[in-house]
Amino acid sequence: MKIACLVFPGTNCDHDIDHSFGTLFQGDVTPVWHRSADLGNPDLVVVPGGFSYGDYLRTGALAKLSPVMDAVSKFAKAGGRVVGICNGFQILCEAGLLPGVLLTNANMKFASKFIHIKVQSSNNFFTKHMAMDTVIHCPVAHFDGNYFADPQTIESLEKHNQVVFRYCSAEGDVDARNPVTNFNGSINAIAGVSNREGNVVGFMPHPERAVEAIVSNGWDIAARPLISGVVASA
Amino acid sequence: MVKIQVLVRLKAGVLDVQGKAIEGGLKGIGIEGVSQMRVGRLVEFEVDAKDFEAAKPLATKLCDELLANPIIESYEIKNV
Repeated sequence: MKIACLVFPGTNCDHDIDHSFGTLFQGDVTPVWHRSADLGNPDLVVVPGGFSYGDYLRTGALAKLSPVMDAVSKFAKAGGRVVGICNGFQILCEAGLLPGVLLTNANMKFASKFIHIKVQSSNNFFTKHMAMDTVIHCPVAHFDGNYFADPQTIESLEKHNQVVFRYCSAEGDVDARNPVTNFNGSINAIAGVSNREGNVVGFMPHPERAVEAIVSNGWDIAARPLISGVVASA
Repeated sequence: MVKIQVLVRLKAGVLDVQGKAIEGGLKGIGIEGVSQMRVGRLVEFEVDAKDFEAAKPLATKLCDELLANPIIESYEIKNV
């Protein structure tokens, strides 16, 4: 699988993508600098995490103006697969490729810890190979991860199976009002969404950081098939 | 040159954690009776145009495409 991994000034998870999607699961990962207008005909575009443009103005707001995003938008509209992780999710929302926006965490704290999410849809390229309700234990590292959209958009997302992941307990229980499991205050405990067609996916957690037992307390049994399955699906 | 000032605000009902944090801070220094604190953003710039009316379309485009996110924010354009 040919993977284009975007790099903006302030991106800092591009090496995590290279290691997980590339070194571990044999994807062919090529970094693409944000000034480039050429993605190089990939099978998948990854918009990695970090702090593009120092999060100035709003998270992802300035990154969406980079030349590479025109190419990503054309690629996505032609049905190409795009995934945004953490800051990459914020960028895809700002660029209008995914619905909604990520507000500051409701508890006003930067969340840097292991959390649980569960697979909520098979209606997209990123989780279609996973069993529904599979619980994944992986890190989050964000200040603006509080998913927000107007009530009509939320209703439409739920109706069309566009909620990809929800925050949950270790047992898989979802409770949007629970400040422990839904630690950032996201509406309906939404951790990730897709577009209607399922070829654009974004989420705040970092499953790509939990694909090896040594850094995931044995929970790589869930995150590993998630990422390896995406790479194998080209 | 026309001097423009844009006020960007979170829409009513959108959680403003900065406002909440400031309210909490005020209690810490003994200031009571302050509520509904909302924090916005003030942006100033100049547009090469003959007057405010002529500058407004460009300022509006700038707000719609970058300065405000219409999902959560509203804006107000002023001539200063």
